[in-house]
Amino acid sequence: MDSLLRHAWRLARKDLLVEFRSRTAILSAVVFTVLVLVVFNFGRDPTAVAAVDLAPSILWVTFTFAAMLALNRAFQLELENQALDGLLLAPVHRASIYLGKLLANLAFVAAVECVGLPLFALFFNVRVLPVLVPLAGVIALATVGFVAVGTLFSAMTARTRFAELLLPVLLLPFMIPPLIWAVLATGALLAGRPLSEIGGWLKLLAAFDLAFIVVAFLLFPATVNE
Amino acid sequence: MTLLKTGRWITAVALALLAAVYVRALAFTPIERAQGAAQKIFYIHVPSAWCAMLAMGLVGIAGILYLLLKDPRFDRFGEASAEVGTAFSCVMLTTGPLWGKPIWGTWWTWDARLTLTLFLFLLFLGYLLLRGAVTDRGLRARYSAVLGICGLVLLPFIHLSVYFFRTLHPQPIVLKPSAPSLPGSMLVTLLFSFGVFTLLYVGFVTQRYALAVLRESAESGGAHA
Repeated sequence: MDSLLRHAWRLARKDLLVEFRSRTAILSAVVFTVLVLVVFNFGRDPTAVAAVDLAPSILWVTFTFAAMLALNRAFQLELENQALDGLLLAPVHRASIYLGKLLANLAFVAAVECVGLPLFALFFNVRVLPVLVPLAGVIALATVGFVAVGTLFSAMTARTRFAELLLPVLLLPFMIPPLIWAVLATGALLAGRPLSEIGGWLKLLAAFDLAFIVVAFLLFPATVNE
Repeated sequence: MTLLKTGRWITAVALALLAAVYVRALAFTPIERAQGAAQKIFYIHVPSAWCAMLAMGLVGIAGILYLLLKDPRFDRFGEASAEVGTAFSCVMLTTGPLWGKPIWGTWWTWDARLTLTLFLFLLFLGYLLLRGAVTDRGLRARYSAVLGICGLVLLPFIHLSVYFFRTLHPQPIVLKPSAPSLPGSMLVTLLFSFGVFTLLYVGFVTQRYALAVLRESAESGGAHA
């Protein structure tokens, strides 16, 4: 168990280091997030629809797209120079490869979300600060849910034809339940509803996270074994 | 060839019984007071939704068994069940709006149940697309097993959503904790229809499974097959 976590951490650190040295993917993802937010601004009529009514959807559609970009690159990275084979030959448990990738993806998506959230507050004039802590909780729970499934699926799609297209097609049906709960919870928070109202959605999100982390953890070896 | 013939026979019997379901539903089952004749579609819509869910569940179970036993028969079954499930989801998604227009006044609404069953349909499509995108047979079987199992885990979340959200969709009236809340004659028609649709599912899957066997022998036998 101890070595499982240690190996996972090493792997995550390697991925993040590669990312930090080149900074191409993270910068593209951040710029992409900004652009999606800008596009949304032109996609609504500000006199007809108040920003706060549309805000939860804008926030979550943006985060969904950003997460998709991040997940696509996780295993694509390993395909160059057959790095994946090297990884599989290393004396580490398959599950720790999954955990490492999951941690690195979470860090990547969290970084993009940290830039996206203030910009979202700025562009759409949404008061985020009073509900920042519970909102961060909702974002964290939902992100863990779809990154857990997405990491598993990207390990499969990376080695297929049309990987960039296939991942969203497979992943979106799985993203919809956490996305619906997250949008409802965000809407309730931004409308100043009491915290007790979002408790049920947080529980559902947590149950989804737990179920899919366990499933992905068990199934991941089947996606990479030769 | 015998498996294909068995499948054809089961399908033929099920189709004949399906005609009997139509006759019974239209002529020998009372008309519902509030919804009138539109309610008749219920005898097609609910059983096909049942078959779609059953198909997804069995794709998942076949996936688990494949990963445990590495028996290619489970992979073929998963493929067959997914294709048949896609067809039943199509029936569910077309009969639903046909009923919704006169009763709700709209073809489609973004209600939790409708949305999530639409995603069940998309899940089937994703499964079939994934199968199409992987050429290696062993890899394809493992990938589709993984996706099928994830779909199985997603199903309870889809089903729970019905209870957690305000929904326009009628609540379950048969498969629920308390006793069924519809008159006896309607219940008999519905249960009869459930049986016929399940038989239809078995017939289609048997035929599709036999086709998968034929295709594999043609592929491994080369061009002269």
